[in-house]
Amino acid sequence: MDVMHNFELYQPGSIADAQAILADVKDAWIIAGGKDSLDWFKERVKQPSALVDITGIAELHGIAAGDDGGLWIGATTTLTEVAEDGAVRDKFPMLAKAASLVASPQIRHLGTIGGNVSQDTRCLYYRDGFPCYRAGGNTCYANTPTAMNREHTLYEASRCVAVTPSDTAPVLVALEAVMLIQRGGAKVEVAADDFFIGPDIDITRMTVLQRGDILLGIRVPGTWAGSHQYFEKAADRASWDFPLVNIAMAARTEGGKITAASMVCGAVQCTPRRLSDVESLIVGEAPGADLEGLVKRVAARGARPLTFNQFKKPLMENLAVRAVRSLAV
Amino acid sequence: MDGIGPFDPTVGYPPGPAIREIGPDGSKIPLWKPLHMSRRAFLRGVVCSGTVIAGSAYLFSTATAARADARAVERMLRLTVNGRTHTVDVPPNETLAFTIRYRLGLTGTKIGCNSAECGACNVMVGGMTVYSCSTLTHRVRDKEITTVEGIARPDGTLHPVQQAFIDELAPQCGFCTPGMVVSAVALLNVNPKPTIEEARLALSGNLCRCGAYDHYLRGVMTAAERV
Ligand SMILES: Cc1cc2nc3c(=O)[nH]c(=O)nc-3n(C[C@H](O)[C@H](O)[C@H](O)COP(=O)(O)OP(=O)(O)OC[C@H]3O[C@@H](n4cnc5c(N)ncnc54)[C@H](O)[C@@H]3O)c2cc1C
Ligand code: FES
Ligand code: FES
Repeated sequence: MDVMHNFELYQPGSIADAQAILADVKDAWIIAGGKDSLDWFKERVKQPSALVDITGIAELHGIAAGDDGGLWIGATTTLTEVAEDGAVRDKFPMLAKAASLVASPQIRHLGTIGGNVSQDTRCLYYRDGFPCYRAGGNTCYANTPTAMNREHTLYEASRCVAVTPSDTAPVLVALEAVMLIQRGGAKVEVAADDFFIGPDIDITRMTVLQRGDILLGIRVPGTWAGSHQYFEKAADRASWDFPLVNIAMAARTEGGKITAASMVCGAVQCTPRRLSDVESLIVGEAPGADLEGLVKRVAARGARPLTFNQFKKPLMENLAVRAVRSLAV
Repeated sequence: MDGIGPFDPTVGYPPGPAIREIGPDGSKIPLWKPLHMSRRAFLRGVVCSGTVIAGSAYLFSTATAARADARAVERMLRLTVNGRTHTVDVPPNETLAFTIRYRLGLTGTKIGCNSAECGACNVMVGGMTVYSCSTLTHRVRDKEITTVEGIARPDGTLHPVQQAFIDELAPQCGFCTPGMVVSAVALLNVNPKPTIEEARLALSGNLCRCGAYDHYLRGVMTAAERV
């Protein structure tokens, strides 16, 4: 962890200018809060020749009401701004909560929501520069009998066993958010569910973002606005720590029964994992001890733990149970 | 290369004269060895005189050539720190912690982990706490920066937080103290009567390796009673 390599820094004021630089400099790297990026450079694992600081582009910043009762959140809006915004807290309290639980105050003051969903995985081997599959090599250092893999995946390992580290990602998937991406001359909309990609699709990236793409922002539709929402993050420490498992649930109830539910779990797979089994199980049912027992049985079905992350399975089950329990008031 | 930090082959170090000097007996002595000076005084001397210290290429990346692309940022920038505006020559890859410590000589701001994990480098930018070790200086151009040196009154009167930290025996080794002071002052600026839980959250981005957290927390609460 040291001084960074030399690079050119660009601070464009418009999307067009940013795109022109990204087109000219083939290895240019977008930087927003820099909280994920600078670590890569200090470790000298990644050494792009140019950085494009997008925080000077006014259109990328801020929170606005959408016409469907939802919200538009610009990519460079900081996590502190998301956590403290009145409209976010009112309509999507679990998004505010997840943002407020990321890392530490200082990181949230500069770290952006765009950077939070676009951040790379935290697999220690990969971050330390081991030439693993994800780094273009031909082995996985985390999936060996003695490897340290307590933070790694339970599902859909495909050569790589790294997980999504983001706290806001499962919330955005649960809220059925849409990511708006500037790709060349076109604006592309991608559902949050499809935005995150696993190693089976492309082992070298975590999202659909390609070189040159700029994430403009996130549209959270009104679908789940004002619903009952639950977010919980289990981590080794209360501050500064990535989730071991986190869970996001939005649900509606009527007459004591659950009428709709959306539940997504983070840090158990390379992408946020939708708990479809739990969703279909609980809709139409009344929350309570019986339902909780069933939820516990299906929540982590199909999990395939590695050597040191078996604890994640009961953790995931218990978090799903606690989310459902929050409906029983 | 016996400078500060390990030799880094990717950095183009300037050749001899800038980093070594011939001693009275003809031997080469490294300029940076502060023989009879405290580290702090030495650093200040170096910063003020503009002397190039061994390993300064490593610290200051003098290897960066002139901008190849006119659209890239200019190295010269204006930085307002503790109410004073400085014009400084800062390469694009320099962090705010380096600029503050080694160009402006404000060594109250510490560098602990250098990776956004400990809070030793905590400063306020526009009233908000940030880790200066993980913030590019160019990113905070034109912003108001407050370091721990800017907390006490110009006449030397301590801020209530500083006084309360002394009264509550908060610091042990003191390495985390500047960061703790900045976090506590930033909190009281916006929330003069915090609950202990709010204070805990405000300090949650500052690690104390001596584990004096409760003392710092008591300090914040004592200060809140006094402001
Ligand atoms: C000590 C520490 C603890 C942390 N703990 C947590 C935690 O508990 N939970 C959590 O979720 N995260 C955590 N993080 C990660 C960090 O908080 C998030 O990654 C942060 O939100 C990143 O935002 P940023 O703007 O600083 O990212 P940057 O570093 O600026 O960007 C991250 C990545 O996203 C890309 N990117 C950013 N914006 C765009 C855009 N608009 N378009 C295209 N690409 C873009 C960048 O190119 C880069 O690859 C932690 C980080 C540290 C250092
Ligand atoms: S030195 Fe900046 S957070 Fe540790
Ligand atoms: S007093 Fe020693 S690190 Fe906090």
